[in-house]
Amino acid sequence: MINLELVFSEIFLSLSIMALLLIGVYKKNSTNMIYNLSVVSLLIMLILNLNLFNSKDVTLFGNGYKIDFMSSFMKFLITISGIFVMLSSSKYLKVTKIFKIEYPILLLSSILGMLIMISSNDLIVFYMGLELQSLALYVLASFDRNNKLSSESGLKYFVLSALSSGLLLYGCSLIYGFAGSTNFDEISANIDQVQYGLTLGIVFILVGLAFKISAVPFHMWAPDVYEGSPTSVTIFFAILPKIAALTVLIRFLYVPFINLIEQWQVIIIFLSIASMIFGAVAAIGQKNLKRLMAYSSISHMGFALAGLSVGSNEGIQSSITYVSIYLFMNLAFFSCLFMLRKEEKYFENIDDLSGLSKNHPMLSLSLLIVLFSLAGIPPLAGFFAKFYIFLAVIEKEMYFLAIIGLLSTVVAAFYYLRIIKTIYFDDAKHKYDLNHNLGLKLSLTFSTIIILIYFIYPSYLLEIVSKITIL
Amino acid sequence: MNFPILSSLILLPFIGSLFIFFIRATEKNYTAKYVALFITTANLILSLYLWVIFDKNISAFQFIEEKNWLLGIINYKVGIDGISILFVLLTTFITPICIISVNSTIKYRIKDFLIAILLMESLMIGVFCSLDLVIFYLFFEGGLIPMFLIIGIWGGDRRVYSAFKFFLYTLLGSVLMLVAIISIYWITGTTDVEQLYEIGIAENYQNLLWLAFFSSFAVKTPMWPVHTWLPDAHVEAPTAGSVLLAAILLKMAGYGFIRFSIGLFPLASAYFAPLVFVLSIIAIIYTSLVALMQDDMKKLIAYSSVAHMGFVTLGIFTMTQQGIEGSIFQMISHGLISAALFLCVGVLYERKHTRLINNYGGIVSIMPRYSVVFMIFTLGAVGLPGTTGFIGEFLILIGAFKKNFLVAILASIGVILSAAYMLWLYRRVIFGEITNINLKGMLDLKRSESIILYSIAILTLLFGFYPDPLFKTISFSVSNFIENYNQNLAISIVSK
Repeated sequence: MINLELVFSEIFLSLSIMALLLIGVYKKNSTNMIYNLSVVSLLIMLILNLNLFNSKDVTLFGNGYKIDFMSSFMKFLITISGIFVMLSSSKYLKVTKIFKIEYPILLLSSILGMLIMISSNDLIVFYMGLELQSLALYVLASFDRNNKLSSESGLKYFVLSALSSGLLLYGCSLIYGFAGSTNFDEISANIDQVQYGLTLGIVFILVGLAFKISAVPFHMWAPDVYEGSPTSVTIFFAILPKIAALTVLIRFLYVPFINLIEQWQVIIIFLSIASMIFGAVAAIGQKNLKRLMAYSSISHMGFALAGLSVGSNEGIQSSITYVSIYLFMNLAFFSCLFMLRKEEKYFENIDDLSGLSKNHPMLSLSLLIVLFSLAGIPPLAGFFAKFYIFLAVIEKEMYFLAIIGLLSTVVAAFYYLRIIKTIYFDDAKHKYDLNHNLGLKLSLTFSTIIILIYFIYPSYLLEIVSKITIL
Repeated sequence: MNFPILSSLILLPFIGSLFIFFIRATEKNYTAKYVALFITTANLILSLYLWVIFDKNISAFQFIEEKNWLLGIINYKVGIDGISILFVLLTTFITPICIISVNSTIKYRIKDFLIAILLMESLMIGVFCSLDLVIFYLFFEGGLIPMFLIIGIWGGDRRVYSAFKFFLYTLLGSVLMLVAIISIYWITGTTDVEQLYEIGIAENYQNLLWLAFFSSFAVKTPMWPVHTWLPDAHVEAPTAGSVLLAAILLKMAGYGFIRFSIGLFPLASAYFAPLVFVLSIIAIIYTSLVALMQDDMKKLIAYSSVAHMGFVTLGIFTMTQQGIEGSIFQMISHGLISAALFLCVGVLYERKHTRLINNYGGIVSIMPRYSVVFMIFTLGAVGLPGTTGFIGEFLILIGAFKKNFLVAILASIGVILSAAYMLWLYRRVIFGEITNINLKGMLDLKRSESIILYSIAILTLLFGFYPDPLFKTISFSVSNFIENYNQNLAISIVSK
């Protein structure tokens, strides 16, 4: 007997996507309504999701679909960031004239894909979710089709992503061949010794996943796509797919292949170190804020991977905590970007922030908080994110990883400081419009305050996350 | 005592800064200034009260507050002993002085400046009170943000370069300390300083951990060869920023050496003491020579700070009662005197907008009152008997003579050099003919300036002649501290 109430949120989302599509086709000028309805459906989903937190671990659909605390928590993160992304970017879409019915629907389908990924307990289910997510993202990246950069970024993302999906599929088939099943639990039961075919399969799948979270050396697409896509899509790219891919990575590495930890641990450590260093160094020369954030997110993913490489529950928890805080920092940063509007035009270069503090003290203050938090300076939330990671890393005496990571934060601090310098020390240049919509103000205020006051009671998040135990 | 007095000390300036944040900015910002002054004065009074009720005859930590903060892993724990209370007092004394000096030195964005200063006060008191390594790190590093902004927004021409250098140097030093702190947690299962004093840390870990802590404190002290950020930061920072930097921020490292480096890693401290001696001696002699050649007054005082802090580290690592007491005294004294010297330079700079020594001369005939206070502080920096500077240096040298004759001799050369550069500075600025005609018509000290300079001068002389209250406060804690240290050494020798 399948317990359908556990997948209510997915079913509800699929139904609302179809309903919204129908409304969009038959009703003229309904974009605004559809956009608002999508936010509402995400909100409903959030409430449906809250019920799941108390349920026991269950697998559905022939053991292919897993509902446990981790999946519920990650779905919660995905939904909440989806809501804030949509709230903050509606004005941007209108101004840049890409406010079309397809946009919210694609966004929702991508979120649906992510939900499936998060709960997947089977390579096939996982691949389905991944493709649903990616296909929607290809279109979203090139959504501003009159803009050359946007089309280019969509195409680039598509070509490279298709390649990585191919590798991933090949890895899946290898694993199927050597382990005799695509189900995570069965693979885990079938593995009794190290087989090179299996290792090869793991490597292929890791490559595919590393591509999705843009870990070095599979990061090449990220800066171009971040820069070229509309900012409303960039914020989406920066947050949601990373959360989903990271969850899959955790489940994939820690459920079927935990016994092969010696095989994959080195790969994850390498990905982590390379991402941390490369992300920090490459961002120094950037002039475009979106491009800079691409490199910054590469380096942040490096930290999340460092937590994953540890091979303990604490490591997983620290990674999840990291992305939870990372989510709010990115949300706040991009919300600030949405505020740089003057005469129906958005600005996205570091120079455009010059002297911002003179005309826009509150906006500058939030940017200041966000940037110091991204740099990991105490007592802001970003510091705690890193602190948990290193707590887990040093527990296993991986000092090398910890020291490299911390040194890379110093390098990274340099380019965040450069932005702060532009905002606070340079002469004023632009005076931006002040009439922002409520959703944008809400998402900026909310996320900034969370970053700022996190230190007062940091246990709260940790208590929730510590319920996630995979091993 | 149920009243959480230490947390109030930490929180009061923070609440004050929130208050000022919501005050509407006006042309003169009188409200903001008065609120800031009121808050910091209240804090000063509170800390003086703390000093009165502080039990000077026990060496244990007092006024301990402990709250569950991070899942039972890390507790918010504050408390003071005889060593830390003086630094708290220094902080609460210097901050109102900075606020008063804002009147004449800061011309724009006064409100933001006051907020930054108040935040700094909160964080600095937090550093000296915290009894948990992670809490300490939080306060220690958190201070970077306001200081970066103080140098960067209100600083001089090369402020960006200096602010970056200050921030990145300090951060680079500190990240290794974070690794060490987390390692300590996994090695011993706690980051509570009091417990760590009891348990001790296994010998085979001590050297590496000591080096990690050292990298942070050495940058902050600053010791040769990582001192180069200090002259830059001082020269570019506004007067109040320089005062905070010299008077308190540098003391964080000295305090850290005593409390953490020696307290937690006694064996490693003994092992590395020669290294510290060498670096200190180089700092004392080399930076004194560099100070001789400066033509910028602020830079000269900045280099003299490095030299004086060299004395402090030297004294600390002699691990003798005299050496450590002298170091603490020297830190307090340097906190007062260097703050006053920077304020003196600020007085001149505010009038003529130059800090070059050559542009001055013969000031004594124009500004007699100024010349007198400047004289007191110059002599204090030189270490003339009767000022606080003398007692600190004298005790440190006694401690050094006990440990190593050569080190003490070399350090004594530093005393002579300090007399050379300070008196030469004084002669060139104050005496002589008035060569620069622009100087005529310069006004003597304004009321706000004289209040702050006189009050520091009185303290310098008072504690110079009668240092007893300070020594009474620290002596029990220090002697207990040294006893612990010697015990630890003895145990390790026996076990070998």
